[in-house]
Amino acid sequence: MGVEVANTNTTFTEMENLDFSDSEIVSFVRHSLQSALEGDSNHYNQLIGIMNSSYRLAPDEVALLSTGLKALSKAVFYIDITHHGKLLSAIFGMSLWSYGPDVMDALVELIIALAASGGDLVESCLQMLVSNFIPPKALLHNLSQPWCIKKKQQVLERVHSALMNIAKLVPVSPLMLEHIIPRRMPHLWSEEVLIITYVENMLKLWSNDLGRLVGSTMIVAVVDRLVDLDVEIGWDKILQDDSNKGIFEMELEVAPEDSKDVSFEVGKAASGSYSLAENVVAEQLDSLMVLMCEHLKSCADAGRLSEVFVTLLDSFKITVLKAYKSKFAQFVVFYACSLDPEHCGLKFANMLEKIFMDETDPLTRMSAVSYLASYLSRGRFISSSFVAGKLKRLVDWCLEYCHSRDGKEAIVNPEVHRVFYSGCQAVMYLLCFQMRLMVEDSHLKSLLHSMPLERILRHPLDPLKVCLPSIVSEFLQQAKAAHLCTVSDKFIFNNLLESDLSKAYGGIERLDMFFPFDPCLLKNCDRFIRPNFVRWSMDKTIYDDDKDGLSDDEIDMDFVDGKGEHALDDDMGRSFDDRELDLVDECAYSLNNMSFTPKSSNFLSPMQMPALLRPSTSPPGSL
Amino acid sequence: MEGLKVSNANLVVYLHPSKITRVRESVLRELSALLFKYNERFDGVVLAHEVISQSKSAKILPGVHPYFGVRLQAKLLLFSPKPQTLVEGKVVKLGKESIHVIVLGFSAAAITEEDIRKEFRYSSKHGEDVFASSSHKRHVIKVGSMIRLSVKRFDEEALHISGSLLPANTGCIKWLEKHNDDDSQLERIAKKRRHETDKHEPEHTDEGAHQNTPSLPKKSKRLRTD
Repeated sequence: MGVEVANTNTTFTEMENLDFSDSEIVSFVRHSLQSALEGDSNHYNQLIGIMNSSYRLAPDEVALLSTGLKALSKAVFYIDITHHGKLLSAIFGMSLWSYGPDVMDALVELIIALAASGGDLVESCLQMLVSNFIPPKALLHNLSQPWCIKKKQQVLERVHSALMNIAKLVPVSPLMLEHIIPRRMPHLWSEEVLIITYVENMLKLWSNDLGRLVGSTMIVAVVDRLVDLDVEIGWDKILQDDSNKGIFEMELEVAPEDSKDVSFEVGKAASGSYSLAENVVAEQLDSLMVLMCEHLKSCADAGRLSEVFVTLLDSFKITVLKAYKSKFAQFVVFYACSLDPEHCGLKFANMLEKIFMDETDPLTRMSAVSYLASYLSRGRFISSSFVAGKLKRLVDWCLEYCHSRDGKEAIVNPEVHRVFYSGCQAVMYLLCFQMRLMVEDSHLKSLLHSMPLERILRHPLDPLKVCLPSIVSEFLQQAKAAHLCTVSDKFIFNNLLESDLSKAYGGIERLDMFFPFDPCLLKNCDRFIRPNFVRWSMDKTIYDDDKDGLSDDEIDMDFVDGKGEHALDDDMGRSFDDRELDLVDECAYSLNNMSFTPKSSNFLSPMQMPALLRPSTSPPGSL
Repeated sequence: MEGLKVSNANLVVYLHPSKITRVRESVLRELSALLFKYNERFDGVVLAHEVISQSKSAKILPGVHPYFGVRLQAKLLLFSPKPQTLVEGKVVKLGKESIHVIVLGFSAAAITEEDIRKEFRYSSKHGEDVFASSSHKRHVIKVGSMIRLSVKRFDEEALHISGSLLPANTGCIKWLEKHNDDDSQLERIAKKRRHETDKHEPEHTDEGAHQNTPSLPKKSKRLRTD
C-alpha cells in the first residue's frame, strides 16, 4: 500500500520522495490526530486537506486519498468527535459519486469503521451513506448515459453493502435508518429523477437482508409518498374546462385513433380535456407506482409477497383509506392482490369488510365499503363465489340495519343513515357488475334469489331514493331482467347523475360518488393493472340478452362513442375461469365503455353504467 | 453474564380515548415502545416486560382529549451495564486495531488494541484473523467466538459498549470456563484429600456430602481428556 507523494503537491513538501509502509502511515495518522488534541494541528490540517480534495484528481492524488482513507480507518479510535470535527465533516461531506472504485472502497471502509467505533458516529455515518442514494446535481441529468449507469451501479452497490455491514456490527443501526431514510426523502416538489432514484434505493433496501428489519418502514414511506402525490392531483386538476362533464365523457368526445395509447395522450389531444397529460405530479406518481408494482412483482416471484402484503395493508389502512378520495395510490394494493388472489386478494376484501362492519367512524366505514364494492367488481382475479359470499354478508348487514330501524323512521334522513346507504349502494353497484355472472351459475342464482334485497330496498329508509340515481337505475334495470325484484315506474331519474339525497348521505366528502377502483388514468401504471381489471361493458349486462329484435350492431351502438367506434372491452359476465384463460388483447383499450353519462331520458332504455363516476367538481364548502 | 436484572415497576400508562375498547392491547403496545431504549427511571435498557396486575379502574385526565391512566404492575427485564461489569457477546469482526462484539444480540461493543491485554497477540493465518494468548495456546479469540469482556463505558443513547479484555477473567468464554472448571476441580480434589487425611475416617461417614460431590474417577477422566 506504500505510496510516493507527488512533487507537485505543495502541502506535502515534507513527505516528498519518501516511501512509507502501511503501518508507518497509520502511525503518522494516529500521531496527527493525537497532536491535534495537544494543539499541534499541522499534520492534522494536512489530513483534512487530503480529504477535501475531490475534483479531477491526478492518479497520485487518488492514491494519496485512498491511502489516507485506509490509514484513517485503522485509526478511528483516535478520532475525537469534539476535537476532530473538521476532519469528520470533511469525511462525511465526501460523495462516493465523485471518485473511482479505489477511493470509493477506501471511503466505505472508513465509514464502516467509524460507525463501529462508537455510538456517537453511527447516525452520521448512516446519513452520509443515505445521502449517496442520489447523485450530485451535476450528474442528475446524465443518469441515462451508459457511463453514469455504471457509476450509479458502483456507488449503490457499495452503499447498500456498507449499510448491511454496519447493521451486522451495530444491531441498532436499522432502527436509526428507519428514521433517517424517510426524513431524507427528497421533497414532494423535487425533480422526478431525484425521487425516483431515492425510492429505487428504498425498494432495494427493502429487497435485501435489511428488508426484514426496515422493510415495513420503507413500504409505509413509499405509500405515504404515493398518497402525498395523489392528493396533490385534485379532481379539479383532472377536470379543467367543463365542470359539467365527466372526464370519460370528455374522453368520448376525443375518440382515440390508436386505442393502445390512451389516457395522457388523449388528454393532450383534446382541447379542454383533463390535464393529467402535463401534470408533473401525475407523471411522478405514475413512475413511482410503476416502481412499486415492479417491486411487488419481484417480491411475488421471490415468494415473499404475503409478508410484504401485511405491511402494505397496514399502510393502506392508515393512509390510503383515510385519504380523501384517493385516486391512484390504491392501485398498488389492487396489483398486489392480483399477484396472489388466493391470499392477498382475499385478505384485502376481508379487511375491508371488517372495517365496514366493526369500525366506529362512519367516514372510514363508508370508504371501506366503497373500496370493497369497487374491488370486488373490478378484480378479474376474484372468483364469483367469493364475491357472492361478500355480497351476502353486505345484504345481511343491510337487512339487520333495516330491522333495527323498523317503525322508527318517519322521515328519511340520509345523513343519519349514511353508513346504511353506502352499504346499499355498494350492494347495488356490485350487482350491476356481477348480476349476469351470478344468474348464469345455478348455485349462485339461487343464492341471489334467496337474498332479501326487496325487503331492504322497500324499507321505509328507501335506499332507492337516496343512493346515486345512475347506479339505482342500472341496478333496477338488471334486477328487472333477472326477475330479482319488481321495478316501480316511480324511479325515473331523468338522467340524474346525483340527487340531493345522495349528496346528503355522501356528506361533504361526497363518499356517495367514491368508487376507488375505477379505471386507472396513469398511463404507465395501467399496464400492470389492466390485465386483471374488469371494465364496464354493456353487452354483458343481464338485460342485454333481452334486447330482442336488435342486431348485434344495434346493441353495440348503445355504447359507442360519438364517432360510432365499437367498444372493445367485454370483461363483465365472464366466469372467473374464462377470465383467467382469456387474456384479452390489452391493446384494445377503449374508453368508449367508460362513459356513464346517461344518453336516454328514459332509464328503462339501455343506459350506460358508470365505469368511473364523475367526481364532484363542487368545492366541498359549497355543498 | 452480569448487568441483567429484573425489576418490578408500578406504572401508569396513559391511553388515548380511542383505545378504550382495547386497553390490554394498547397497554402492551405502550410498554413495547420502551423496548431496546435506555430509560433513566429504570436505569437500564428494557429488554422484556410482563404485566403482573392491571387495575380495572382508570383515571381520566381532563383536557381536550380525555386520556385515561391505567395503573399496572409490570416485571421488567433490564440491561444495565456499569463500568467493570462483565458482559458476554459474540465476536463479529476482528482486526489488529480492534475487536467488535455483539452483546445480547443488540448492543455493539468495541475493544481497542490498548484494551486488549498484552498476553493476546494478533496474527492472521490463512486469511483468518485471531488474537491468541501467548500464555495459553488454546486461548484464542476469533470471529464467531463468544467472549467475556469488561465494560469500560456504556453509551446509553447508542447502546454502545466500550469494552476491555485487560482483566484476567476476560477472554474466550469456552476457554475461561474450562480453565475455571479445571482449577475448581483441582481445588476440590485437593480439599477433599486434605479433609480425608484430617479426619482419618472411612468414606461412607457423610453420605449426603458424598452424593453431592462428583466421583473422582469421572473427574480424573475429564482431566485426562482435557
